[in-house]
Amino acid sequence: MVTAAAALRSEPVLIRATGVGVEYGGRALLNGVDLDVVAGRITTFVGNNGAGKSTLLRLLIGLSEPSAGRIERCVSGGRLRIGYVPQHFAVDTNLPISVRRFIALAGKVRQQWAEAIAATGVESLLSQPLQSLSGGELRRVLLARALLRRPQLLALDEPAAGLDVRSQGALYRLIGELRDRYGCAVVVVSHDLNLVMAASDEVLCLEQGRVACRGAPHSVVEHPEYQKLFGAHLGPETAVFSHAHTDPHTQSSDLEDHKHHKHHEDHEDHEHCERDVDLR
Amino acid sequence: MLIFDELMLFALVAGCGLALVAGPLGSFVVWRRMAYFGDTLAHSALLGIALGFLLGIDLNLGILVVCATMAVLLVTLRRRQRLASDTVLGILAHSSLSLGMVAIAFMEGVRVDLMGYLFGDILAVGVSDLYWIYGGGAVVLAVLAAIWRPLLAITLHEELARVEGVRVLPVQLAFMGLMALTIALAMQIVGILLVTSMLIIPAAAARAFAQTPEQMAVIAVLCGWLAVLAGLLASFQWDLPTGPAIVVAATLLFAVVTLLRGPVAGAAVR
Repeated sequence: MVTAAAALRSEPVLIRATGVGVEYGGRALLNGVDLDVVAGRITTFVGNNGAGKSTLLRLLIGLSEPSAGRIERCVSGGRLRIGYVPQHFAVDTNLPISVRRFIALAGKVRQQWAEAIAATGVESLLSQPLQSLSGGELRRVLLARALLRRPQLLALDEPAAGLDVRSQGALYRLIGELRDRYGCAVVVVSHDLNLVMAASDEVLCLEQGRVACRGAPHSVVEHPEYQKLFGAHLGPETAVFSHAHTDPHTQSSDLEDHKHHKHHEDHEDHEHCERDVDLR
Repeated sequence: MLIFDELMLFALVAGCGLALVAGPLGSFVVWRRMAYFGDTLAHSALLGIALGFLLGIDLNLGILVVCATMAVLLVTLRRRQRLASDTVLGILAHSSLSLGMVAIAFMEGVRVDLMGYLFGDILAVGVSDLYWIYGGGAVVLAVLAAIWRPLLAITLHEELARVEGVRVLPVQLAFMGLMALTIALAMQIVGILLVTSMLIIPAAAARAFAQTPEQMAVIAVLCGWLAVLAGLLASFQWDLPTGPAIVVAATLLFAVVTLLRGPVAGAAVR
């Protein structure tokens, strides 16, 4: 049982949330959540509407502050670089702007430009007005902008919302490829169970602001709490697309030293993660 | 034949100075949907005039202080309270205008050209006013150029900009400050009630021709210049009140553009 847990242990923890809670108007939106965001790992938050998925994501990326608990960003040498794809993006027709210019607003990033554009396949869209994009195209453009800063953490809030099934499959395949290529942590919020489950390394199942169950996709679907919430029939086997669920790290060229394959059985609990990181 | 005397020349130079500032700033007002916000700041300018009289300070300074205070107040209220913006703006806009009127009425021995403040008196512009308009205008343009990129990022998606490291509050406050200063600059030219129109109408007309944010700002300046020139000529020719004539000219320009190109021609391209 060393395998993947050991592999994960050697990856740096980027953000550590300890007992975090959020309260708004006397109502607890999030309560006592512990979570480590680990480089190279895709973590998905699932749950019904109002379960606290987006609230948790927003805490992690610093868009809001917890009313209880702590969020530690464990990065040496400056700010954690975060690529963010928000759930809602209303394009204002009053503001004339091309896709190229919109992506470039992310900052000074000449070296990363070609790579981000190629990875997301938005080359042909660059000269189009932002207003002319379809929902799926806009998602890819937002992803390109997120990649431009070479993120250590990719935070995606409902990235597949409004996409057809084929585009969803393509999007998750892309997310997996990006993780493999950059070794970044990926945090995804979704209520799109079967697809997302298959594309994740770790699933955090939230219910009314609490963690109902967590672990690798295959183990989570067996969990009674999960089955109570979503039924027993939704699992990775019904997915339109699935990552090859070996240890994701072995696919990454710069992480050759981790040759482990029993990833899912072994990292059911994030509490096994390394503790001696540089906490600030 | 029209003869441009000194009075008209000063008015033209002043009006063009205002349009130069109002184009880029007004584009942001349109993009950020802050027309009513601008209106509220402008209305509070009358309170600034009252303050100026009361304290015996320069009226422009009074306007600037009150507008800036109001801007900070509005930003803070909106961030903290999550109040419905238009309700708060509606309350503040009209109460500050009324309060200004009441305060002025209370002052004994002060004769105020109320019509001039409400609708502008561009023909009364003197050399010192030109210094004020162009000096203040240069400051506005310089600061706007400095915050252009982060402000644009915030305008498109505030949270995305924040995650990318833009410090939102300082940029927002700077923008509010620029609006307050521009309103103080525009007061004499178009007056309290018409200030916002100089910000939004040229920018709205420019939208139809623009492919980039910068193009829209530049075209808005050109539209503003055209409106100032046409308004001044019309006012001279037919003895019209100048501020309203400029605004009517801008509106006609907007109407023609809209009829010819559609309201957002650029966005119709798919």
